[in-house]
Amino acid sequence: MSRTPPRLLLAHGAGGRLTRELVTGTFLAALDNPLLATLTDAAVLPALPAGRPALTTDGFVVDPPIFPGGDLGYLSVCGTVNDLAMVGARPLWLTWSLILEEGVDGDLIDACVDGAARACAEAGVAVVAGDTKVVPRGKGDRIFAVTAGLGVVPPGRHVNDDRIVPGDLIVASGPLGDHGATIMACRHAMAGSGLHSDCAPVNGAVEALLEAGIEVHSLHDPTRGGTLTVCHEVAERSGHSILLHEADLPVRPEVRAVCELLGLEALGQACEGRVLAWIPATDAERAVALFDQHTPGGGAAVIGRVDARSGRRPSVLLETVIGGRRPVDLPSGSEQPRIC
Amino acid sequence: MCLAIPMVLTERTELEGVVELDGVRRTVSLMLLPDAEVGDHLLIHAGFAIGSVDADEAAKTLEILREFADNMEAL
Amino acid sequence: MTSPSAGEERRTVEGLLRSIRAESAEVGRNLTFMEVCGTHTHSVGKAGLRRLLPPGVRLVSGPGCPVCVTPVGFLDRAVALSRLPGTVVATFGDLMRVPSSTTSLERAQAEGASVRVVYSPRDVVALARERPDLRVIFLSVGFETTTPTIAGALAEAEADGIDNFMVLAGNKIIPPAMEVLVRDEELSLDGFLLPGHVSVITGWHAFRFLASEHGLPGVVVGFQPIDILHGLLELIRQQRASERNVVNLYGRVVSAEGNQAAQELVERMFTTATTAWRGFGEIPASGLVVRPEWSHRDAARIEVDMPEPKEPVGCRCGDVLRGIIDPPECPIFGSSCTPDDPVGACMVSSEGTCAAWYRHEGLETFQ
Repeated sequence: MSRTPPRLLLAHGAGGRLTRELVTGTFLAALDNPLLATLTDAAVLPALPAGRPALTTDGFVVDPPIFPGGDLGYLSVCGTVNDLAMVGARPLWLTWSLILEEGVDGDLIDACVDGAARACAEAGVAVVAGDTKVVPRGKGDRIFAVTAGLGVVPPGRHVNDDRIVPGDLIVASGPLGDHGATIMACRHAMAGSGLHSDCAPVNGAVEALLEAGIEVHSLHDPTRGGTLTVCHEVAERSGHSILLHEADLPVRPEVRAVCELLGLEALGQACEGRVLAWIPATDAERAVALFDQHTPGGGAAVIGRVDARSGRRPSVLLETVIGGRRPVDLPSGSEQPRIC
Repeated sequence: MCLAIPMVLTERTELEGVVELDGVRRTVSLMLLPDAEVGDHLLIHAGFAIGSVDADEAAKTLEILREFADNMEAL
Repeated sequence: MTSPSAGEERRTVEGLLRSIRAESAEVGRNLTFMEVCGTHTHSVGKAGLRRLLPPGVRLVSGPGCPVCVTPVGFLDRAVALSRLPGTVVATFGDLMRVPSSTTSLERAQAEGASVRVVYSPRDVVALARERPDLRVIFLSVGFETTTPTIAGALAEAEADGIDNFMVLAGNKIIPPAMEVLVRDEELSLDGFLLPGHVSVITGWHAFRFLASEHGLPGVVVGFQPIDILHGLLELIRQQRASERNVVNLYGRVVSAEGNQAAQELVERMFTTATTAWRGFGEIPASGLVVRPEWSHRDAARIEVDMPEPKEPVGCRCGDVLRGIIDPPECPIFGSSCTPDDPVGACMVSSEGTCAAWYRHEGLETFQ
């Protein structure tokens, strides 16, 4: 259903009649809920449930904006919801702002708005406030989204790196690198029916994990920079070293193929619907089983463990498939495909 | 200096072909390997097929290397 | 086509290592072997192979990374070209962060220069086709594996009359650099691991000169850890048995004579010339230039303003590339030269010796 005019004009962002039509005809039509429908300057929320409020913000720029397994709209809601879930918060309400380029295709906007609406329904959240700006042609790459997300951490819950102790195992909720590899494949004329983003809300899986009484020390979603970046950050913050087992890393064959072709590190590719959980060894198997139930296609696995650091600074090491052991370094700069 | 990976040729025209590995497909040039046949395993580098994989040789190598594994098993 | 399972691979590696230990003990002296392929450098690092070798067997990296041996002047020219109006410079990702005398392509792009990263030279021809209003220049670097792909792109442009496609040729040939290494008195090498994919193009006979003229063993190997270990074992075995042969252990893709079609295409578009290699100076007949009949596609002819080429201070890339020192022996390794802030080319390319060492052999974080 094409609600949006085929080409966006600057006037659509000017605040007058065209803006109103865009807001009601495109955004409200898909994202409709009582709070948003008031269309006032700010959403006045009901009282928060018991616990501590959690707030996050994110910006989303992705090229291409529509990719196998998702779109910028779907991605922006999932990303925001997932950030809240990583601190053990139950996500409730989102703001959703778009910066659109003059001349952008109306179908693209519709796809992204529908994607956002679908993600809201899947995650059980609502967009309660939004904004649209239109910038002149050439001043913005089609569509950018900026969000804020508000949730509540129920009383008694503390999911934080300060709980991580040596001996903890690291559990991945599913295969790694699907999103990043899919985006890179799109940009380099590669296709494959099995190649699609893993973009999805993970708050359902996280709630199930916490409600099952599994002792969850910390959670992180390996987005930009992938599993490698998360492990480095956690090692720094917790002060403990990490040992990853290459043989146990769940990576789908298609993702491996794209990474090999382009000379990319699978562990450095983003996931947009996965969780890395730091869990005591005794609970790890249950966590894997639970994640398997919540990840389409399964594939959860224990990928490594936390060790006490031995030097001045914690390290992130990889035990290679052939039994070697080496440090895993942070990727430098934006990763480019290589031929060498 | 030479990232090249083996992929299967699934279709071809005079100068180009579609290669596939684990479900990932890409169009490549066959200019450097004009006699490639559909079904061949080709070595792909920078968007070109540069060589093909000899299945017999591959099997031979596997046999040789397997002996090293077997020697470890026997210990 | 089956490959070994992870468990089988592990046992094979253990078996090969056991044989390597036994054979090298029989040789009774320290052995130093060199690989001259950045992808080998990268594979060794990625698999954590170095640490698995016995103490008497040392594997050094040579000038195998075409990005690392590209002299700073090439980068200066590339940056200057990218700043010309109506021009776009296309490159493999590998070159983006390499320091020129004053900047890098990445920084120049941020300042408004026209740079495009591609995976294949064909993408550049396609770009030139799409944008007849622009002069499209491909930064052509690489060894024998990659050169035919650029020759192919040039041939395609000629055939289809795409006049706005040009190349800045920086391609090189490996054997002349190996000749220099073999004659180097500071190095004493006991053999070479030979580049598997270069050999796909050249044929493994192209490396027989190592044995016939210099009495050194050489083994053509693939890029899996077991291929590399298998090759090392053969080199050690030859040393023990006092044999000096060049052997092909990558028979599944490498033949004696190589890819004739590729060789002919390169011959058609390029000719050899004396070329500067970072760390080596000029080596005769070691580089490729666009043949005069295609001079309309030779971007080296374009007049540009360039700074005086300036090698970075303190950088010992040259010695690293010649295998004289390991990266940690360079005074700025890990201090002012890191992958995030590279001073020399060896630290930029993901298969540059210094980058591979920093990333995979580790600094103080590795016990």
